Amino acid sequence: MELYELTVHELIDKLEKGETTSEEITKSYFDRIKEKDGQVKAYVSTMEEQAIAKAKQIDSDRKAGKKLSKFAGIPIGIKDNMCITGTCTTCSSKMLENFVAPYDAMVIEKLNAEDMIYLGKMNMDEFAMGSSTENSAFFPTHNPWDLSRVPGGSSGGSAAAVASDMAPWTLGSDTGGSIRQPASLCGVVGLKPTYGMVSRFGLVAFASSLDQIGPITKDVTDSALLLNLIAGHDERDTTSIETPKKDYTKSLINDVKGMKIGVPKEYLGEGTSAEVKEAMFKVIKKYQELGATVEECSLDIGQYASAVYYILACAEASSNLGRFDGIRYGYRTENCENLKDIYKNSRSEGFGAEVKRRIILGTYVLSSGYYDAYYKKAQKVRTIIKKAYNELFEKYDLLLTPVSPTTAFKMSEKLSDPLQMYLADICTVPVNIGGLPGMSIPCDVDSEGLPIGFQLIAKPFAEETIFRAAYTYEQNTNFREEHRPTFKGGEQ
Amino acid sequence: MANITREEIIHIAKLAMLNLSEQEIEHYTKDMQEILAYAEMINQIDTSDTDETIGATEQKNKFRKDEVMEFKTREDLLQNAPSQDEGMFQIPKVIN
Amino acid sequence: MPKEDYEIVIGLEVHCELSTKTKIFCSCSTEFGGEPNTHCCPICMAMPGTLPVLNEKVVEYAVKAGLATNCKIAQNSKNDRKNYFYPDLPKAYQISQYDMPLCYDGYVNIETEEGEKTIRLERIHIEEDAGKLNHDDYGRGTFVDLNRAGVPLIECVSKPDLRSKEEVDAYLRKLKSIFEYIEISDCKMQEGSLRADVNVSVRKKGATEFGTRTEMKNMNSFRSISRAIEYEANRQIEVLENGGEITQETLRWDDISGKTFSMRDKEDAQDYRYFPDPDLVAIRLSDEYIENIKNSLPELPESRKKRYLEEYKLIPKAANFVTSSKYYSDLFEEAIAICKNPKTASNLLMSEVARILNEREEEPDQIPFSGKELGELVELIDKGTISSSISKKVLEELFENPKSPSKIIEEKGWIQISDEGAIKEVVSKILEANPQSVADFKAGKDRALGFLVGQAMKETKGKANPQMLNQLFLEELKK
Repeated sequence: MELYELTVHELIDKLEKGETTSEEITKSYFDRIKEKDGQVKAYVSTMEEQAIAKAKQIDSDRKAGKKLSKFAGIPIGIKDNMCITGTCTTCSSKMLENFVAPYDAMVIEKLNAEDMIYLGKMNMDEFAMGSSTENSAFFPTHNPWDLSRVPGGSSGGSAAAVASDMAPWTLGSDTGGSIRQPASLCGVVGLKPTYGMVSRFGLVAFASSLDQIGPITKDVTDSALLLNLIAGHDERDTTSIETPKKDYTKSLINDVKGMKIGVPKEYLGEGTSAEVKEAMFKVIKKYQELGATVEECSLDIGQYASAVYYILACAEASSNLGRFDGIRYGYRTENCENLKDIYKNSRSEGFGAEVKRRIILGTYVLSSGYYDAYYKKAQKVRTIIKKAYNELFEKYDLLLTPVSPTTAFKMSEKLSDPLQMYLADICTVPVNIGGLPGMSIPCDVDSEGLPIGFQLIAKPFAEETIFRAAYTYEQNTNFREEHRPTFKGGEQ
Repeated sequence: MANITREEIIHIAKLAMLNLSEQEIEHYTKDMQEILAYAEMINQIDTSDTDETIGATEQKNKFRKDEVMEFKTREDLLQNAPSQDEGMFQIPKVIN
Repeated sequence: MPKEDYEIVIGLEVHCELSTKTKIFCSCSTEFGGEPNTHCCPICMAMPGTLPVLNEKVVEYAVKAGLATNCKIAQNSKNDRKNYFYPDLPKAYQISQYDMPLCYDGYVNIETEEGEKTIRLERIHIEEDAGKLNHDDYGRGTFVDLNRAGVPLIECVSKPDLRSKEEVDAYLRKLKSIFEYIEISDCKMQEGSLRADVNVSVRKKGATEFGTRTEMKNMNSFRSISRAIEYEANRQIEVLENGGEITQETLRWDDISGKTFSMRDKEDAQDYRYFPDPDLVAIRLSDEYIENIKNSLPELPESRKKRYLEEYKLIPKAANFVTSSKYYSDLFEEAIAICKNPKTASNLLMSEVARILNEREEEPDQIPFSGKELGELVELIDKGTISSSISKKVLEELFENPKSPSKIIEEKGWIQISDEGAIKEVVSKILEANPQSVADFKAGKDRALGFLVGQAMKETKGKANPQMLNQLFLEELKK
């Protein structure tokens, strides 16, 4: 087995036993990237030289007996909307194509403290707006299970890289499903933590009240390990919440007996494909076999979540993206004689079609005469959705739903129909509206060999419950052993 | 209400500092009509007794101490400037 | 219809920079001056991914301002974004407060020649200042300096209760004085740390509806505010008298030409799209928090005035004057701790210091010396070391070159002559030179003594001790 095929906990094991070095591990990923990224296109930029130099440094420190973190020398890929000092942070936008971050995101500070190694920055939908990574201003990322299909989005690069072994794990960000949906479409594990668990400082904002950074990993154990590293209160993000530090690996317990899982019936209705539904029923059966109580329940209000989401997320985005004006950083038009030109031309030339669409929608719902009808109304419905979740969690430890109503769709299939694209997030969006933790766990493939994931949702800060149930599922099934990406569909 | 007009799109684009081509105006008008028609489903819900959510968390009073901490260097802050002079960002003359 | 038939209605939005050490949402210094963009960081430069964190002192200072102006303090408050594009506003939104300001429903009392009046405050809210645009004369463009971006402000919005430029002047001076007393701002108008947006409308006396108002933004001197109000009110009256209509618009006051100009074309009507800032959390102030701040407020002008009347027996005019500015009042208290002579100290402030400031077109906060110097000066007068006419010269010198008054009079040779021998000499000399006056006096014209003393003073350049002069003249004349 190649090094790049291993999970992080397996790599750590090998490093601890002295069976490999950080340099070997790092090089194996860059070899793999050279082999596969031409097809997959998961990376916006790679950092090979720095990475290998750092790996060598860590190997020699380790040899010298210096006390190091067990994650020292472990590589990671970072979605290109998180700032790393001195490197480009593009958000896959022409607007930030040459933007060099002058500071580190909080998550990067935390990874730096562990001496982890950055492989590079992962492709995404421009400013995290999209569900297919086709909205990258540079190039679309392809799904390693079928290169003619999308990897999902917006963290498509992060998910595709893990699925194709071009990174042992990556960080993504999730505003309406941007970690979970690509994880599901690429057959890997993706976790959106509770809103406020991971600091957003240094994450280029899309929608501030919904954005959350989280891990994309090969298995549930790695997910717990990475969450351990990035979770925690940060004074620089007032929405980050002070909670006691937890070790999530302690929740990796192979036992769900007595656990109560609710399955909201609305997510297994018409909109969900037959194969996805079937896969969900198999998961439900598995959990029942393992001793959990699984019951049908209802989240009727959930059907309004997408409408609420697009109003709120776009409103916040329209304001968050105002700072991209071509004055202090970012793209500035060549075509300018006065101030208005700088603003209008830089923004019009620097932003892609989807970003402009959302800015227009967001500006509209905040504008005079429409604020109450859209923005304020949506915030009220948000309150009702949160309440509905609270009520469900009085009864259930977890909710189980599909992640995506379908498996990976063909590239450009939904590009011309923005509303259809927005509805690809229908199962994941409500979780962001509620600020809840949600995880995508691969469980099956459809008749075309495309991965299907299921989603576990818990009440705020109950990630432990998710880890336990996900780990138990993983220990009692064999998705990773049975299914691997085929890289088919490359030559059309 | 979903019947957003071309003129409204032009007005909104102006507020958002975007130049739209004729074709873009046409597309976005159509997109907005569709998306807003969908979004209007929220009007079916009675929210008369509901407060709007403000902020994503129930947190309150997250304040910072009034202590100075200067950023390392101005060069790092200006390195991305498309145009600069004498430590300032340069733009075409702004007329009052 | 004559001008006198119109009533001027004025409302003020006063912006006051808070004297916190750091900016409102980041840890950069608020120090005035400094090389461009050196009091900046990724946060106040609105780098992608940065987040604001509210400075606790800003909330405290705003609550202080609210309590000192009789406002109610909101227990629930929040920050909102006001969205618009301008190069001095790096985020393209200003973090301000929209519908839930920290303080509301207050008032201050002002005094003008017409008597006392209450001016109601609608609200006080917190917000961030913008950066500075520097224009260069060589046509190379505009240069953006963000040192001021993110400096904390409070905005105090008055009700349209003001009716004349005199009332506006008194109101502004009152606010300024209150904010100085509670030490939340240095209120330096010349540095822009206190400035006002002035809303002016006119209506016929007796009318119940307000007229259409115009707004003049960012006014930062008492003088220009008075001039602008006068000009703008007259302009509006003239327009109405000629059958025209007032357009609601933002105007720019030009101090040089003494006129107002229209600023924006109407096509660019703003829509600020206010909404709660999702990066910041709710502000919930407990009764205990508010009570603690209330208890920590320093003595306010009204109370000081009362004390000056009762303890120091100042006349009302003097007590009013001294408490009109914290700088006067602090100077006064420091001085009388040294000289124990409230009357002379207050007189010097009211007559001489105020006159010099007026000549220099300066404000009390620009007085370059402390109460220690003033106290020493009063002591020198009391001890007879200098005369009161010399004390005026010493004060002028203190403004130019502040140092110990005794040093000044020593260096300048202004010490009063109290040596009996020396004064006798002068007296003899003057008597000899003015036989007519001597004769007049002896003939019963007492006024002749005054003339002789005056001549002696002239001879000694004002340095002779006046009491001694008097006495010695009398002695000699009666011989």
